[in-house]
Amino acid sequence: MSIPLSWYLILAAALFSIGLFGVLSRKNAIAILLGVELMLNAVNINLVAFWRYLEPAKMAGQVFAIIVFAVAAAEVAVGLALIISVYRRRKTVVADEINLMKW
Amino acid sequence: MTADQIIFLLCAALILGSALLVVTTRKLIHAALWLVVALFGVAILYAILQAGFLAVVQVVVYIGAIAILFIFAVMLTRREMLDKGAQTRSNWWLPALLGLAILTGLVFLIIRQPAFGRTAAQIPVGVDTLRNLGNALVSPDAFVLPFELASVLLLAALVGAVYIASGNKK
Repeated sequence: MSIPLSWYLILAAALFSIGLFGVLSRKNAIAILLGVELMLNAVNINLVAFWRYLEPAKMAGQVFAIIVFAVAAAEVAVGLALIISVYRRRKTVVADEINLMKW
Repeated sequence: MTADQIIFLLCAALILGSALLVVTTRKLIHAALWLVVALFGVAILYAILQAGFLAVVQVVVYIGAIAILFIFAVMLTRREMLDKGAQTRSNWWLPALLGLAILTGLVFLIIRQPAFGRTAAQIPVGVDTLRNLGNALVSPDAFVLPFELASVLLLAALVGAVYIASGNKK
């Protein structure tokens, strides 16, 4: 294991930035959720890397990563259900056009 | 440069390249497939980090469930934006600038921190991380409450998703 911890952190930072760019620049609501998945994965890389490099005997890092998995699954299920429901009623998946609750 | 460093760099290039394609590809179904590649690269990283259980969970839950859910959602809604019109906002350079600023800031902070240059110690002989993980998830002294909370959250999300997505309500 001759990889410095900073390599993982920099990779995660780059992945997070790419995901943020996707979330903010895409028009399609499903593409926005794809960006959110990339950001969650970046966070998970950080959690597992810190677990391995700092406290491999305690499992807090891995347990937190598993919680992130569960939350990501819940988020995608509800998010895609909302998008499909909106698509059925309004025939659009463009985030800008879903503005019924905008004031 | 040792072998595992080369493997890490290849894996990082795979992840970042496919992640860039996820956020820039015009066809959404291709973006979802590139997401599968990126998630697989992250699973390889978990394997390098000796978190084998998480690597398996990544493949089963993320690729097997979440990515497939994305592909289904794209297929169910694709008529609307199929290949015509811009896929990104007109002011896409603003998010790109923001992402680059955050990236350079984070890299600056990480490089300046000497503690992050350390390499990992060997996991001591006799420490079974998988067994520790299983014990930690069900032990009352450790993480049984967050674990149960996650399962309740998943159940609530499941019921909510079924209710929202089922079309014909009375």
